[in-house]
This record gives sequence, C-alpha cells and structure tokens, in this order.
Amino acid sequence: MLIQLFSDIGKLWEKYGSVYLTGIANTLILATVATLIGCVIGFLCGILKTIPYGPNDNIIKRFLLRLIRIIIQAYVEVFRGTPMILQAVFIYYGLPYFFGVAFKDIWTVSILVVSINTGAYMAESVRGGIMSIDVGQFEGAKAIGMNHWQAMLYVILPQTLRNILPQIGNNYIINVKDTSVMFIIGFSDFFAVHKMVSGAVFKYFPSATMEMVGYLCLTLLASFLLRKIEKKMAGKSNYELVNTDQLVMTAGTYSLPKDAASPFDEVNKDIREGK
Amino acid sequence: MENPILEVRHLSKTFGTNAVLKDIDFTVNKGDVTSIIGASGSGKSTLLRCINLLETLTTGEILYHGQDVTKGKVNASEYRAKVGMVFQSFNLFNNMTVLKNCMIGQEKVSHIKKEEARDRALYYLNKVGMAPYINARPAQISGGQKQRVAIARALAMEPEILLFDEPTSALDPEMVGEVLDVMKSLASDKMTMLVVTHEMAFARDVSTHVVYMADGVIEEEGLPEKIFTNPESLSTRSFLKRILNE
Repeated sequence: MLIQLFSDIGKLWEKYGSVYLTGIANTLILATVATLIGCVIGFLCGILKTIPYGPNDNIIKRFLLRLIRIIIQAYVEVFRGTPMILQAVFIYYGLPYFFGVAFKDIWTVSILVVSINTGAYMAESVRGGIMSIDVGQFEGAKAIGMNHWQAMLYVILPQTLRNILPQIGNNYIINVKDTSVMFIIGFSDFFAVHKMVSGAVFKYFPSATMEMVGYLCLTLLASFLLRKIEKKMAGKSNYELVNTDQLVMTAGTYSLPKDAASPFDEVNKDIREGK
Repeated sequence: MENPILEVRHLSKTFGTNAVLKDIDFTVNKGDVTSIIGASGSGKSTLLRCINLLETLTTGEILYHGQDVTKGKVNASEYRAKVGMVFQSFNLFNNMTVLKNCMIGQEKVSHIKKEEARDRALYYLNKVGMAPYINARPAQISGGQKQRVAIARALAMEPEILLFDEPTSALDPEMVGEVLDVMKSLASDKMTMLVVTHEMAFARDVSTHVVYMADGVIEEEGLPEKIFTNPESLSTRSFLKRILNE
C-alpha cells in the first residue's frame, strides 16, 4: 500500500510539481505580507486604544478618543467574530454589488481580507502587550521629559513588540494554514492546487498527503525562524565591563594635573627601555 | 539669598473621598537639600508625584520660577525635563543598555547630538561609579547599581532640581550606602534636591531643611538640627522617637 502511495505521489510530483511549488510560494507570500500588514493594523489600533484621557482633557479630545475606541472595538468584534472564508466572499462580491467596481487583482483582495482579519486579532494582543508593561516604564520616560508619543515609541512599544512576538508567530502560523480558505474566491494557493490537481487526476489521497506534509514543513520552518528572531530580540545574555580610565578620557572629563606627564609617557618609557 | 525654584501653594489632593494632601505650602530654594520625612501613608510620595505632575492636583498651584505649571499653559514635558525624578523602583528602561538609558532623554527631549549626549552620559555615569557597566542591561545589574544609573539618567538631563522618591527603600541593606554616598556627593556639589526618605541619618546630616509630614499636612519644618533635637510638635517627637529607636 505504502509503495503504491509513494509511486502515486511520485507521478503527481513529476507532472504537477511546479504547480504545487507555485502554490506554496503563493501561500507563503500571502501569509507573510498579510501578517506584516496585520501587525501594522494591530499596532495602530492598540496604540490608538491606549491613548489616555482624563476628566481634565477638553471635551473634543475626550469625544474623539471615545469614538475611536468604539470604532476599533466594533472592527475587532466583527472580524474576529466571523469566519474568514465568509469575510472573503463578503468583501469580494460585496464591493461590486455596492460600488459597481470589481477587484481586478485577486492578490489585492486576498491580502486585504487576511490583513484585516489578522489586524483584528493583533489589536487585542497589542493592547494587552502595552498594558502588561510596568507603569513605571511610562513614568520613568515622562520624568525625563518625554511626551506620550516619545514614551510609546522609544520605551513601551519596543518592549511590547518583544512580549507579543510569540503571539505574532501564532498568527503567522495560523495564516499559513488558513489562507487555504482563499480558494473560495479563486486565489491559487497551496490548497487550491490540491483541489485543482486531484480534480483532474482523481488522486485525492496522495495529493492530500503531499499537502499535509507540505503544510507541516512550512509551519515547522516558520516556528523555527520565529524562535530565532525571539532569541535575537532578547539581546545578549552577558555584557562586558568597560575599562574605566579609557572611558573617562573619551568622556572628555579627564583633566590631567598640570605638572603630571601624559599617561602615554609611561608606555613610551616602556618602549624606550625596550620592554 | 532667597532664590525660590519651586513654590508649592495650597496644594490638596484627594483620591475619591480620601484627602491625601491637605493645603500643603512650602518652598524650595536654589541649593536646598530638603528632606521630607514622615510615617508611611502620610502623603510624602504623593506630594513628590504631584510636584512632577505624575498626579493631577485637586486644588492649589505649583510655581516653577514663579510660573504656575499646573494650569496647562506650561508644557508638562518641558517642565519635567528640568525637574529630575528618581523613583523607588528605579524605572530604568528595560529595552536599553545603561548608556542608552542615560542618552535617550538628551537625544529625544533636549535634541542634543549623539556624541555630546554620549559624553555627558559617560560623565554622569562615571560620577555615580557606573561607567564600567555601560553595556549592561538593567536586568543584569543589582538594585543599588540600578538606582545609581537612574540618578545618572536624571542628572544627564542637567535638571535644576532633583526629586528623590524613597530612593533606597527598595534596596537590600548593604546597597543603601552606595546610593546614599552618591546623593551626599550631589549635595556637596550644591545640587538642589527634594528627598522623600526614611533614612533619618541622611535627613539629619546631609539636608539643609527638613519637612515632617503627618496625615497629609506639613506638621513641622525647619533646620535639621532643630527638628531632630528640639521638635516643637508632639507628633514629630513621637515619630522620631519611634523611628530612631528601631
């Protein structure tokens, strides 16, 4: 039986190998681009949602911020609460229905759908990530005169990004697999290739086996790379002490007593005496 | 000569219905080292946080060189850049090295060039004895070292006055000394400081002015010799008796 399976897979690969590879490439590109855009959306939403306002702020600012929070919450609830396959159909057919313009490019609509879906999940991750940073980090930043945006940009967000990297990885792996639903609007990803090929040659099981192994390899590779990135972002685990004297010199604060020789004289003396 | 940097006028702060500070009035002159002492919960830290605008006051005003900073006319960030703050829990930026911690404010807030910011950061890190550790991250150094870096970070902004919020309270006993030594050397450099502290020896020997707070009011203030040897208020007397006999 196994021999039969391998020979079937071999035949499929011989005939459709390049099609499968194109599918893999399409899947990876879509998942990567959409995850990145989704992160940007998520960060934007998370940042906007955590702008502080108090009773002392003027009424327009309070109203605007509250409105922004409501809009973002609605976006998150809608796109987190409906299946992506349906969102794809909804947007793909909905736009021509209302505006009479169809998407010319299947890529645009696919990236759009997966991005805003990812963004909805990321928005909450980012908000959680920002809230998990000790409030002292904020106060430390404010105490040296940073405003809210500077504190966010230089202190809070770098730490947030590091903390939610596992979440981003999660979303990326989910996207690698779940972009398979985009076949519904005709996007030719890895899974769409399976539908096409198995429909043509009726080798459902061998093709499905290839798909299983293929997806697993992709996600394993992705999680391996993500762990590498995480490790790199954690920074060095040790540090080197710096020679104090040299430092004082570079700091320009080392003033020699007038009657003392240059500190290099001693070295010169060593050289002169042939040491 | 009187040269007030900070004047706190009729400052009150309530959390809900709980009045934490009631009608606080005091002045910090240039070169003063003012220690604020008092029991836990007497409002010392809240007062300091109000002065740095980390808390909004309920009523009253804070005059910085005669200008009220609480009314929104003065930019809070610009004001904070001139009023340094050292926290009990250090609050060093965890995502930066020791050196970067001392540079980021200069670069982004004061718009100082990178090389100059680096030189200045190194100068102050050297002053607090942390220059060898410039490449370390906050998680890799001890509490006392963190606090010294935090002081260097505040100094690097070249503030006019430095606020200390119980700078040694979160430290192991053997590390308290190194931080107090740094603070003493700042005091001898005539740095203007406002220090909330439980270190009575520091308040008595280093400061030029002592404020004793109890239940959200300034119970007594004056020269350290007077407060520590001949306090007028009964409350001050019993507090000092309690804390000095520990």
